[in-house]
Amino acid sequence: MLSITRRIVCVVMLASLSVAAFAAASAEAEEITLYSGRGESLVDPLIRRFESESGIRVRVRYAGTAELAVLLAEEGERTPADLFWGQDAGALGSLAAAGLLAELPTQLVDGIPDIYVSTTAQWVATSGRARVLAYSPERVSAEEQPASVFDLTKPRYRSRVGWAPTNGSFQAFVTAMRVAYGEELTLQWLRDMRANDTQVYRNNTALVEAIAAGEIDFTITNNYYLLRFLANDPDYPVEQRFFEDRDIGNLVNVASVGVLRSSNRFDAAVRFVEFLLSPEAQRYFTDTVNEYPVIAEVPPNAALESFQRLLLASPRIDLDSLEDLQGTLELLRQSGAL
Amino acid sequence: MLLPLAYLVIRAAEADPAQLASLIFRTRNLVLLHNTVLLTIGVVAATTVLAVPLAWLVVRTDIPARRAITLLSVLPLSVPGYVMAFALLGLGGNYGFMARVFNISLPRPSGYWGALVALSLYCFPYVFLNVRASLSGLDASLEESARSMGHGPARVVLRVILPHLRPALFSGWLIVAIYVLGDFGAIALMRYEVFSYAIYSQYAGAFDRVYAAWLSLMLLALALIPVVMEGRLLARARFARTGTGVARRIRRTALGVWRLPALLFVALAFAASIGLPFGMLGYWLSLSSPWAELPRVARAFLFSAGAAAPAAMAAVFIAVPLAYLRVRYPSALSRATERIVYVGYALPPLALALAMVFFSLRAARPLYQSLPLLVAAYVISFLALATGPIRAALLQAPRRLEEAARSLGLSPLAAFVRTVVPLLRRGMLASMVLVFVITMKELPITFLLAPTGYTTLSVAVFSRTSEALLAEAAPYAAAIVLFSSLFVGLLLRYEGRGE
Repeated sequence: MLSITRRIVCVVMLASLSVAAFAAASAEAEEITLYSGRGESLVDPLIRRFESESGIRVRVRYAGTAELAVLLAEEGERTPADLFWGQDAGALGSLAAAGLLAELPTQLVDGIPDIYVSTTAQWVATSGRARVLAYSPERVSAEEQPASVFDLTKPRYRSRVGWAPTNGSFQAFVTAMRVAYGEELTLQWLRDMRANDTQVYRNNTALVEAIAAGEIDFTITNNYYLLRFLANDPDYPVEQRFFEDRDIGNLVNVASVGVLRSSNRFDAAVRFVEFLLSPEAQRYFTDTVNEYPVIAEVPPNAALESFQRLLLASPRIDLDSLEDLQGTLELLRQSGAL
Repeated sequence: MLLPLAYLVIRAAEADPAQLASLIFRTRNLVLLHNTVLLTIGVVAATTVLAVPLAWLVVRTDIPARRAITLLSVLPLSVPGYVMAFALLGLGGNYGFMARVFNISLPRPSGYWGALVALSLYCFPYVFLNVRASLSGLDASLEESARSMGHGPARVVLRVILPHLRPALFSGWLIVAIYVLGDFGAIALMRYEVFSYAIYSQYAGAFDRVYAAWLSLMLLALALIPVVMEGRLLARARFARTGTGVARRIRRTALGVWRLPALLFVALAFAASIGLPFGMLGYWLSLSSPWAELPRVARAFLFSAGAAAPAAMAAVFIAVPLAYLRVRYPSALSRATERIVYVGYALPPLALALAMVFFSLRAARPLYQSLPLLVAAYVISFLALATGPIRAALLQAPRRLEEAARSLGLSPLAAFVRTVVPLLRRGMLASMVLVFVITMKELPITFLLAPTGYTTLSVAVFSRTSEALLAEAAPYAAAIVLFSSLFVGLLLRYEGRGE
């Protein structure tokens, strides 16, 4: 037993030393805590920039957006977090509805398009991602392209479409449809999609892969997944496009950030939000992450439609109204999709 | 163990009855339940078919490279579920590995069979470890007596060996069954809809804790069925050797002409359970630049190991007395305590983590998001993994040894340490491996309870795959597999030296 125990103890001591060192290093400068549903490899370069520019240290807890939203709800006023940065508006909306977010200073959100700010100014988008139609260029001809997301229930698309009912951005889209067209029509659409043998997948990545694999010909997904596949493999056999302008299928969802009301480092937290909205950070989102900027003064990314085109194509939906996810889940359950 | 339960009840009590009824009494739940039960039974059967022959070959036959086979039979544990699922999915399809390299377009696995294969391929080591420990602890003289009484080899297996493997099989099955009940990742990738679907969509879709609590309680009730069954079936059995003298050394069966088919079976099993996911990881690694990430990977590894190693040791130290009380002083109370560890294991980890958040924020604020609390949560969640092998080993340890030690003047503790602990060594090692390896892969508990900034390997993998950056995740996923494998290898080596 001894030798093995000794080895394990060594590892543990090493690890706890590094933890202690890490805790000690964080004791000095002003420091804020960020709960991030956005991934480390995207966020970390930004955090470093911010730290060196502002002298404020940022401690980051990386996890799933949903897990963090549930965690913040459970922590309530006791949370150690100053900021929450999530993958979708719904997560921020649920916290705003629970009264956990602080109002952001008005000069911060001035000049940002309405589709990117909560009406109560409790959160602001850091980047936009459009819902798009992804399809197989080999198996889909030009005249076969649906004009609207409502067309996908037609017989010619039977068994050829995939969706991901458990996915957050899909659910936000369904919420938007409820807001725009009412419960009845949305439920009908969901039922018709089910009746049209729409294939169920785990998430957006799986959907795009399923088109490449030849299992489905169409899917409704977020715009950046395909771009990340294409970055690794320019021959990837999938393409994407918008539905016709203003179609609800072109909904622009957002990754967004908010400051916790219980934070006693409000100013430092706001500085971080400010940084995320700066041209420098916005350029990073556009160029490296393939998402849409929230401010106009960023050079466009060739892989994306222009910022102006996006504003034209996207439906007019108040993102704050997307907070009623419980209602959406109920509808999804009624239709049998969940 | 009871804290998380209390939490769930507190949350569940906040529900609105009408909405609750519409959530719980849906016909679709019956479909999900049906799927869940089918899958659980399927995986239990498939893991047995894989694991029992492997364990028997390793312990009881003259098959070559036994050490390597043992190691390889445990290794799949270190493969994260989504890696296995991705590997299976990446093989087929128009744009999959087979299509691009050999121009053959296989259908991609999906649905029931896809989920069954993916889960079985990385769950079978649970059964293997249990059965192997039990087989090698079995006194060969039992079989010899049976043979001398005229039973043929087949009858010996049926009448002597299998009955003695029961505790090991049951505890392996229990672990696998509950794992399958709670798994979401691999099953969702395989597009098979089970009960954990409902819980996941409640937490992740609606950020809702109240109805998710109800669903978690339902899942828990479901998981307790096999727990109670196992308890009943093992209640009155005795498995220790009662004879005097030294246990007979195991005589290995010569495989003879069966050698080739046996090796073929082994090769096939490993090609699927190890070749596939390792190949997939290798492919991803080739797309990434692992060396640039090395310092970060090393740091994440220290964090992972710094939590997983204490969790593994703590779990074993708690499991030994629990199992001991249960085996030596069977009573309603000791049985109940031992069963209760399965509550922690069967709870959806997110619910368990929220319970820890709830209580530590109220009662032990300084502990909140600290390493000790994280380790404690791991132990609550995975203690059940540790009790199985220890109990199986303990059932084979004759009580008479302790009595002899006591009669020679040793205190009860000393007698225990000097007579029983050596016999438990194998079981304890197996327990440690199980807890360590599963902790390395764990996500929801780590998300919520790790100190802020404590980015472990599994969190690093998640925060890359969630942004669809599979190649960037590869070095971290590979590190999980690599270090888990090293740990497994180290323990097996040590175990070998003891013989």
